[in-house]
Amino acid sequence: MQDEGEKMIIYLDNGATTMIDTEVIKEMTPYFTEKYGNASSLHMMGVWARQAVEESRTTIAKSIGAKDDEIIFTSGGTESNNFAIKGIAFANKDKGKHIITTKIEHDCVLNSCKWLQTQGFEITYLPVDKEGYVRPEDLEKAIRKDTILVSIIHGNNEIGTIQDLKKLGEICKKNNVYFHTDACQSYTKTELDVKKQNLDLITLNAHKIHGPKGVGVLYLKKGVKITPWQHGGGHEFKMRSGTENVHGIVGFAKAVNLAMNTKHAKHMTKLRDKLIDEVMKKIPDTLLNGPKGDNRLCNNVNLSFLYVEGEAIGAYLDAERICSSTGSACSSKSLEPSHVLIAIGLKPEQAHGSLRLTLSRFTTEEEINKTLKVLPGIIEKLRKMSPLTKLVKKML
Amino acid sequence: MYSKTVMDHFKNPRNVGEIKEADGIGKVGNPVCGDVMWVYIKVKNNKITNIKFKTFGCVSAIATTSMLTEIAKGKTLEQAEKITRDDVAKALGGLPSIKMHCSNLAADALKKAINDYRKKGNNS
Repeated sequence: MQDEGEKMIIYLDNGATTMIDTEVIKEMTPYFTEKYGNASSLHMMGVWARQAVEESRTTIAKSIGAKDDEIIFTSGGTESNNFAIKGIAFANKDKGKHIITTKIEHDCVLNSCKWLQTQGFEITYLPVDKEGYVRPEDLEKAIRKDTILVSIIHGNNEIGTIQDLKKLGEICKKNNVYFHTDACQSYTKTELDVKKQNLDLITLNAHKIHGPKGVGVLYLKKGVKITPWQHGGGHEFKMRSGTENVHGIVGFAKAVNLAMNTKHAKHMTKLRDKLIDEVMKKIPDTLLNGPKGDNRLCNNVNLSFLYVEGEAIGAYLDAERICSSTGSACSSKSLEPSHVLIAIGLKPEQAHGSLRLTLSRFTTEEEINKTLKVLPGIIEKLRKMSPLTKLVKKML
Repeated sequence: MYSKTVMDHFKNPRNVGEIKEADGIGKVGNPVCGDVMWVYIKVKNNKITNIKFKTFGCVSAIATTSMLTEIAKGKTLEQAEKITRDDVAKALGGLPSIKMHCSNLAADALKKAINDYRKKGNNS
């Protein structure tokens, strides 16, 4: 819990971003005021910065079974996904102009693909089953001679579904197609291994794992044919120009070191399951969105409360100092319900009633208990106000 | 994002509920779009003597229906009919532009309730 004035804030929106671990801040601090050199400079300040960047690179490479020079630092998940998709597309357009992705990707993948459609590329958006899984046979069928890239999100940011990358990666390998995954949500929470899962490109970022915002990684397997997008001084093995965000990179690596401990996942899993089980028990007419068990992100809870609307639930939770998010249309700029919830087969009115609660390793049992205490009352209040409750009861 | 008045009406909505023997009921919206509003009115001597609502929807949907019932209570039918979405939004201290359709819906629900009352033929 975080102190804010007299009352505590319960932060259950760690899928959006996380608190920076104080250990991470400590590690970063010298690079603001003491070792603030440009990693390209030849003097001692530059050397210190270069050392810090390279040590960080090694840490992150090791965490996914990669080599150091396969790690490209970027400004975050959005940049890495844009770079992966557009970079592969333009470098391989002689082979083909077909890309496969899914209907449940993050907007930065979907919108990169949509933009590529305006540039003459053809995109297949794979459907998913009701728990959010891509069916391997669907991928197999979708691959064509001119397919150059498959991009599939590892752990879904909304409903927590963890894809079987090994199986999907084997299909890509067999068909000689590049395989990219957006692992921003899953990184350090479940296994990610470039060899075991046959990955050619991986998107990672720091701020979902208690690191700083504004720093990410694109893992680029040696030999992958890609066009750089950011041109300049030739930084990052000529793949991504721009002065290295040294303090951010140092913070990212520290965050990885702290997060790579299986006890954190165990802790989150226990609280996640308590939250899901108790809410389903206490509140009738509630749907769990996404799968149950080990193939769900250990920090993700996504529920639909029928007859009520998610933004309203979130606003009442906010009044109780609990931070959450929703896939309701009313909360989005487009006034469209979440594309992920629609892709798993929810009706729009079910998607409107969705609430996402995402935990972190700092979430306590006390916070979960407090949430469990106030949530049933909020749903009841809104249901009493809702004409849909009466309509449905009449139908029964 | 929301004004203090919006949050007040959302947290403490006025006139929530149904009127069992309502003189007019107005139903608008669609669950698929995320807003459904039902407005119940009781009419005496051409005036709205009681008004209640039920709403499925977001913060602004709930706040606008609540505010609408406050404005409409005690008004003659002719006055109540003239309530516009801007009247509701203004009374709430403004609404984000993307949420203006909520106040539109609320005003429509009241108009429908008045029409329902008139259709029933008891506008003596």
